[in-house]
Amino acid sequence: MFKKKLRGGVHPSTHKELSNTAKIRRFPLSDRLYVSMQQHLGAPATPVVKVGQTVGKGQLLGASQGAISAPVHAPTSGKITAIAEHTAPHPSGLPVLAVTLEPDGRDQWEENPPVVDPFKLAPEEICTRVGAAGIVGLGGATFPAAVKLGSSLKTGVETLILNGGECEPYLTCDDRLMREHSTAIIQGALLMQQAVQAKNVIIGIEDNKPEALEKMLHAAAGSGIQVASVPSRYPMGSEKQLVQQLTGKEIPARSRAADSGLVVHNVATARAVYQALFENRPLISRIVTLSGQALTHQGNWEVPLGTLASQLINYASGFDATPARLIMGGPMMGIQLPDLHVPVIKGTSGILALTNDEINTREPEPCVRCASCVRACPMGLLPLEMAASIRAGDLEATSKLGLGDCVGCGACSYICPASLPLVHLFNYAKGELAQSHRDAEKRERTKILARRREERLERQAREKEALMAARRAAAAKKAAAEESSS
Amino acid sequence: MSLPVHGPHAHSSNQLAAMMLQVMLALTPATLYAFWLYGWPAFNVWVLSLVSALFWEALFLKFFAKPVTSHLKDGSALVTAWILALCLPPWAPWWLVIVGTFLAVAMIKQIFGGLGQNVFNPAMAARVMLLIAFPVEMTTWINPEAVTHQAPDFMTGLGVTLDSVTVSDAFTGATLLDEIKNQTAQGKLLSDTLIHQDYQISATLSGHQIGSLGETSALLLLLGGVYLLWKGIITWQAPVGLLLGMALPAFLLHLFQPEAYPGAGFHLLTGGAFLAAFFIVTDPVTAPTTATGRLAFGLGCGLLAWLIRSFGNYPEGLAFAVMLMNAAVPVIDRYFKPRIYGRTSKGDPLPKNRGDAS
Repeated sequence: MFKKKLRGGVHPSTHKELSNTAKIRRFPLSDRLYVSMQQHLGAPATPVVKVGQTVGKGQLLGASQGAISAPVHAPTSGKITAIAEHTAPHPSGLPVLAVTLEPDGRDQWEENPPVVDPFKLAPEEICTRVGAAGIVGLGGATFPAAVKLGSSLKTGVETLILNGGECEPYLTCDDRLMREHSTAIIQGALLMQQAVQAKNVIIGIEDNKPEALEKMLHAAAGSGIQVASVPSRYPMGSEKQLVQQLTGKEIPARSRAADSGLVVHNVATARAVYQALFENRPLISRIVTLSGQALTHQGNWEVPLGTLASQLINYASGFDATPARLIMGGPMMGIQLPDLHVPVIKGTSGILALTNDEINTREPEPCVRCASCVRACPMGLLPLEMAASIRAGDLEATSKLGLGDCVGCGACSYICPASLPLVHLFNYAKGELAQSHRDAEKRERTKILARRREERLERQAREKEALMAARRAAAAKKAAAEESSS
Repeated sequence: MSLPVHGPHAHSSNQLAAMMLQVMLALTPATLYAFWLYGWPAFNVWVLSLVSALFWEALFLKFFAKPVTSHLKDGSALVTAWILALCLPPWAPWWLVIVGTFLAVAMIKQIFGGLGQNVFNPAMAARVMLLIAFPVEMTTWINPEAVTHQAPDFMTGLGVTLDSVTVSDAFTGATLLDEIKNQTAQGKLLSDTLIHQDYQISATLSGHQIGSLGETSALLLLLGGVYLLWKGIITWQAPVGLLLGMALPAFLLHLFQPEAYPGAGFHLLTGGAFLAAFFIVTDPVTAPTTATGRLAFGLGCGLLAWLIRSFGNYPEGLAFAVMLMNAAVPVIDRYFKPRIYGRTSKGDPLPKNRGDAS
């Protein structure tokens, strides 16, 4: 059958061999954990503990706030020593609220209700428990998993797709996870299938991970889950592109995957679902890839959330060279870290310390319209035209060219022979457009309020007028009556 | 702390200067052959072209207060000059070369805003301007046959370039395209003219024919083109478009009027079709950006060139055709856009997939 396959894309050097050979190791507890209240997309969690309080492992530290949010749990047992702002793992280096936890070393679980067979649970109950466990999309987007599952259940979906693409260079946390915990992933996938009542499940894995592919095929045997190999090409792990590759369907613009009968989750999210439902273990740790040529030892670690990146690197590796750039996530879409004094959060798929040779330090040159970016764009956009119109300040035209469809994968910037900061320009324009959109809404609201006020004043004037007229009429009537009576 | 840097943090090894270097490498076989074919004067034209182009580029970068060294290093002026040299008559005098590079690099490129901003292909625009301004010098073709019999030594070559030695008529000749145009205009039969001109496919393939400095050897230009395709520097659409756009109408008209209009092979192998196909319509700055747009652009160039050759006043029409199509690029770019993922070709969101999901 002729299926629509991923368009464009690029082949960055993967550098996966740096970190994919050794087993995942468990990172020991640090003497202080900084558990951020904002580890997910949406509203930050609200602390429900007090300074000085002792907490058990897995106890709720921050409660979910609002429709799109996720709770946060204690990665270990210990004492809360502070609830204060701490530098966020974000290029801005802005502070977010974090709960400081000093482990007592006993790593003692909070009392947990006994585990029942999770496959006997109703779909809604699975969603609720996934939400209560604080599970978010572990591929890096950190969208609360329960919200996605719940809305997919409501819309009804045909296919659950598990994303084992891991197309970002350097990162191997999903690769190692699939090799070492394939059964947990499959069980988690089956639970998610039940949660959204999907007819089938497909797991897409890039063909540069043959060991993971084999392990997953083996684990999935007999479960009805289909494990598919997809070509290694960046951005294969992007939701829209993976869907296109696996099903031949395109998710229509401005609609969600669920509207096309699909829901996509990361393989690590499936494992977290397994742990939450089978082991009553909320999301309190994650697998982090440590890589980059500036590090002495690269590898994957299961790290308690809230561990500082500096402690992670000091203990696990140390530096071979002064890193030219520190990145959280992969080198394509990851973000630059201001320093290492930031905690590991649910979205920390990797911490990379790259040398000068691994990053691009070239100055931008003029665009020669070579159209490499056009050929690389998986969305069929014209990055060079968009960049030109942004530079000209014409954001309206940029929007017409499809800026809203850009997934920000960075394939265009990666391939550009002139080293133009294309993604940077697009994100700037997206921000500006969002701002002007908000401004326009505000103006509209102000206009409505002003009109209402005018109407109210008019109405009041009319009523006053009517009242006066009535009074005058009454007075005249009275006068006339008095006159006639006299 | 330094400003935060936006991703992607990794980058491909692609660089403008490296791309330009590859283009120059691809031009080398045809150029070396031209030196062998036309001797020292051709070499002088080439050197003079490169040096003067760098001079004009540096001068005008200075005028516009741009960083001179970094822009010179991108190699774009060298590529322009090199291609222009291949388009000039083999024994062009020094002033023709220098005026040519001035037109190409300063007038067409730098004044329009520098690299990436020019509307017209610098080499083609310069060739057209020179042809109109200096019709005699621009059509003084050298017969390679004569050069092989009596190759000028270095000093004579220098004299030719410096315009102090008059080129004797023994060295000059007319291109096949010229001959065809003149003879058929006088009512002569095409087959007679070709026999009289000793027209051989093999000679036109290898390049042993009269023409511009570097446009005669179809095979060596093809070699360079294939190399660039292999390296991913150029894409196939524009070259294939040009060759098809020229070959198809030529083939058809030749079928109906074989004695008045030459066929596809003649058109492709005489004149500058292969140089234009692989090194001129592939100039990214002045070509459309999408695959289909480039195909349309190439087709237009080929068709227009054939029309000018067959029915126009000039025996060779490629430079005019390329300039005309360069002017049409914004229109092509407007109408040939890739379909965006999740949208119809008109840009509306695709209909919901629910139907075929069940």
